[in-house]
Amino acid sequence: MKPAPFAYRRPRTLDEAVAALAGTPGAKVLAGGQSLVPLLSMRLAAPAALVDINALPDLDQVRCDEEGVRIGALARHADVLASADVRRVQPLVALALEHVAHPTIRNRGTTVGSLVHADAAAEMPMVLRLLGGSVDVVGPSGRRTVAADDLFVGPLESSVASDEIAVEAFFPALRAGVGVAFREIARRHGDYALVGVAALVDGESVRVGYLSVADLPTVVDLSGVPEGELGERALERLDPADDIHASADYRAHLVRVLTAQVVASARELAA
Amino acid sequence: MSATEPEERHDVVLHVNGAPHAVRVPARRLLSDALRHDCGLTGTHVGCEHGVCGACTVLVDGRPVRSCLMLAVSAQDVQITTVEGLTEDDGTPQGKLGPVQQAFADCHGLQCGFCTPGFLTTITAGLRDNPDPTFEEARDMIAGNLCRCTGYQNIVASVLRAAELARSPVVEEVAQQPSRDPGGNA
Repeated sequence: MKPAPFAYRRPRTLDEAVAALAGTPGAKVLAGGQSLVPLLSMRLAAPAALVDINALPDLDQVRCDEEGVRIGALARHADVLASADVRRVQPLVALALEHVAHPTIRNRGTTVGSLVHADAAAEMPMVLRLLGGSVDVVGPSGRRTVAADDLFVGPLESSVASDEIAVEAFFPALRAGVGVAFREIARRHGDYALVGVAALVDGESVRVGYLSVADLPTVVDLSGVPEGELGERALERLDPADDIHASADYRAHLVRVLTAQVVASARELAA
Repeated sequence: MSATEPEERHDVVLHVNGAPHAVRVPARRLLSDALRHDCGLTGTHVGCEHGVCGACTVLVDGRPVRSCLMLAVSAQDVQITTVEGLTEDDGTPQGKLGPVQQAFADCHGLQCGFCTPGFLTTITAGLRDNPDPTFEEARDMIAGNLCRCTGYQNIVASVLRAAELARSPVVEEVAQQPSRDPGGNA
């Protein structure tokens, strides 16, 4: 239960961090570490080096404007959740963050880190995808924006290259007349969700995001689907699995129930 | 890094309970281990060592954080408070129990005591954010910490009692029997 040895760099500027990452083969970026450190301790990951970005300036900012919410790579979940501006500009970000782990984990864990960790059982990757957000990354060849649909490529695998650092996430604002809702079921509040579902209703368009019931954070278009068939139709695109916490059948049941609930809530808010 | 190569060590100053501790640690030293082995502060307990149990919770810049999920080398620019830092100065070497510690003593909020340091730090910060929690809020405050002895009932009572003590420390002198009413006297 102790990490394997690794080299450690603590750069003071983004340029230094990019150089350190590029110059150290097998290096990984350390931000909040709430997913990475357990992986190190259980030796499921053994990077040759860590580039700790916690001393970089200005990355802890959370900025909101009419376009949306921009979250810096060192903004802790707790800070994003505490922001009244975030809740106003895109309520779904706050609704989902309330379910991200326990408050103690949210005090250290970062929202951007959770995105690039790309866990299909995590809330924020699914929300980024449902809202059509993006992540900005910086590497040796400069800065680029990765759309959410291109970010998640496999279980715990993002399309951020090994020499790139994710510096900012963008969640588009909630527009007038659009409704959003989020629900999840976990054994205890704060534990990993058995199933989590979010809905975005915009006029006739009904899109629903799912976590913990597929290998990737998944969004299903349910526009035009009759009320009583929403969950069933979504399950055609999902793959609920058995584990120690819940059976596949129970997860499918939760998909049916929660899909109907979140679509109804989002519809109500959109009206 | 090959097995024959000596592991690189880093000189780090950890600020714990207001005092600087200069330590020399490998990068992989968890903050929990650095506190216990390098600083000699064994009040912080190590349970699951992957962030689930909460026994190792310390305050980092005043906020509860799992010390097993932080590297000591990454903790150099922050102020750390461990359970040893929760006592209040009363002129004696050991100090006087802080309100949360006193409440645990009053309400039998611990049995084996292994998980207690994590509860004490978590509740100390929790009551600072919410000085007058309801029964439900008290339960919520400790939801991220595991205890295998008490069944949590007396810990919830301790949260409410600590809030009471923090509001009016003088109550401590007169209250022989702490309230068992889950709603508290608030």
